[in-house]
Amino acid sequence: MDALLLLTPVGAASLAAAVYLLLGWRRITAHVASAASAIILADAIALAVHVTRRGPIDVASGWLHADALSAFMLLGIGTIALIATAASPAYLASHDGERDGSRRRYAVLVCLFLAAMATAVLAGNLGLAWIAIEATTIVTAFLVGHTGSRTALEAAWKYTVICSTGIALALLGLVMLYDAARHANLTETDALNYTLLTAHAHDLDTGVLRMAVAFLLLGFGAKAGLAPLHSWLPDAHSQAPAPVSALMSGVLLPVALSQILRVTAIANPALGTGYARTLLTVMGLGTLLLAAIALIRQRDYKRMLAYSSMEHMGLIAIGAAIGTPLALAAILLHIAGHGLAKAVAFTSAGHILATEHTTSIDRVKALARRQPVLAGIFAAALLALLGFPPFSLFASELALARAGFAAHLGLVIAAALILLLIAFAALAHHGGRMLLADADHDAPAPSPALSTRAYTPLITAVVVLAALGITVYPISSLLNAAAGVGH
Amino acid sequence: MNADAEWLDVACGAFLLAAVGVVWRRDAAASSRLLAVQGAALAAIAVVLGADRHHPELYAVAAGVGLLRAVVLPGILRRAVTASTEDRETRPLMNVGASLLATAGLVLLAYVAATPMVRLENTPAARALPVGLAVVLIGMLVLVTRRKALSQVTGFLLLDNGITAIAFLAAAGVPLLVEFGVSFDLLLAVLVLRVLTTRLRASFGSADLDDLRELHD
Repeated sequence: MDALLLLTPVGAASLAAAVYLLLGWRRITAHVASAASAIILADAIALAVHVTRRGPIDVASGWLHADALSAFMLLGIGTIALIATAASPAYLASHDGERDGSRRRYAVLVCLFLAAMATAVLAGNLGLAWIAIEATTIVTAFLVGHTGSRTALEAAWKYTVICSTGIALALLGLVMLYDAARHANLTETDALNYTLLTAHAHDLDTGVLRMAVAFLLLGFGAKAGLAPLHSWLPDAHSQAPAPVSALMSGVLLPVALSQILRVTAIANPALGTGYARTLLTVMGLGTLLLAAIALIRQRDYKRMLAYSSMEHMGLIAIGAAIGTPLALAAILLHIAGHGLAKAVAFTSAGHILATEHTTSIDRVKALARRQPVLAGIFAAALLALLGFPPFSLFASELALARAGFAAHLGLVIAAALILLLIAFAALAHHGGRMLLADADHDAPAPSPALSTRAYTPLITAVVVLAALGITVYPISSLLNAAAGVGH
Repeated sequence: MNADAEWLDVACGAFLLAAVGVVWRRDAAASSRLLAVQGAALAAIAVVLGADRHHPELYAVAAGVGLLRAVVLPGILRRAVTASTEDRETRPLMNVGASLLATAGLVLLAYVAATPMVRLENTPAARALPVGLAVVLIGMLVLVTRRKALSQVTGFLLLDNGITAIAFLAAAGVPLLVEFGVSFDLLLAVLVLRVLTTRLRASFGSADLDDLRELHD
């Protein structure tokens, strides 16, 4: 039963990939990926109930492990995957020129992407998690370059080189961590098991652990879009197909970030909270600063959304730096809220691109009048990202600020809030222009609007996002348990 | 034991020299040959350590590593070289002299930085650890100072060889399953980069990364 809970998500996604590989993208297979996502979501809910009631599950001598944090991340993967895969048929249909082979490749890679992310969060061994995260780079490289345009290829190249290098640094960190663990008398299979590493953190050699943690944070930080190895992110997120951008921004970044939480859980007892806190604060504030500057002079709305992801990841890194249970609960709620909002934003941006034929902010005007439903959804997602109530990002940002002041990091929080304010102004300004500016007289007539069916998952997500902001009751016990894991 | 230690030093020396050679010779054909030498040296390190620690498992790992890093990966690189005509770094960001000087500095840095790991276990293998770290740093140098797509792949492979060497020298490798997964990922990553290079060349006319200027804010 336990093993089944841990194997189902990866199995469902792999099976869906096999179906697409054999049958290709057809009418009858169009919803296989959505079905796999629904299975992942259902499994995540079952897993969440199981771990909050009966504690963590270990399978295959610790290679697979599920605690509240894994269940929480899997819940995110299932939800965002459902939104993204539901949007895939519309995306592929709007690219009519594409050949069957290219559609098949898209579908296979998206399913493999889901399988890799599920493996990463359910791995109990940091080595296995590393392999899964590097695998996400490999499968998404072709998804980023899917359209085959020069810009898409350029983005795919930068993405593969920078992320592979970054993640190689994390591997170096793992090798050092393994060395320290073997000298603390952990056996070969146990030496990368993060539960055991956390328990034996005091026995690890501090000098080696310091180096290991620095490399691990830098490497996993590269995949999470944190400075200094962030420069792939705006290119890759803006060039990838919209549903893939939703997945990359909404779940892949948090999946990498959850590995950072695993690492700090090992580092803090052994090195004291100061070491990881300093590194993460520098990375977080740096990311926020770069994102805020880039947001001001942004002309492309997909890049704008990408920089907004960096902004939120920077904030989440600062929350991880604070590291108290309140801060961790806040960043997990923030991850959930940002994932949902960004999935809706990227998916609706994809619809905007399909109907307006431009990614330039200046050339999309008066969207609110011409496509009210789509504009409403996009606006709701932007308002959520800006941190307006009733959406959950308001609650999580507030909680994060409180946690920071409680931990005597007022200066860091103040700096973060100033940068957030700059990002807020920039995002509000650009969004307002897209939605409300007067239309030019020679503005092209929009293509026919999408069917209501395409909007249903997006509207549902916005409602869930608002509901989460009003009450976190359904996930509160999971959230607290997950925050306890990272502590 | 002593003979083993000497063989280990020879293998590590060849390993480091191959990395320096990549910095010195900047054409991709030479780089792929040097990477093959380095892969063989890496396999030799694993064999010597296997004999020293009576760890027969390491022979199998050595065979796998040798096949992948001395034959397959340099082979992929070599085929990419023959497919292109303009593989020489014509306008490098750093000239050869400066690069070699920087390499010397990085080797020194590696020796300083690796002290905590060497202190942990004072064996001939652990004393050779800085060599692995030096190759990692040299790989980074090649990655950031070269402009051709293939040279960047070379830098990435150097970086990865260095990490594998550290893994062998520090604790006789990571668990077998992890080593296998890492190698598989590496192979796929290089294949992805190979495909992307071909496509870049087809749409940009060259794989000069200076031409990648379409995406900016």
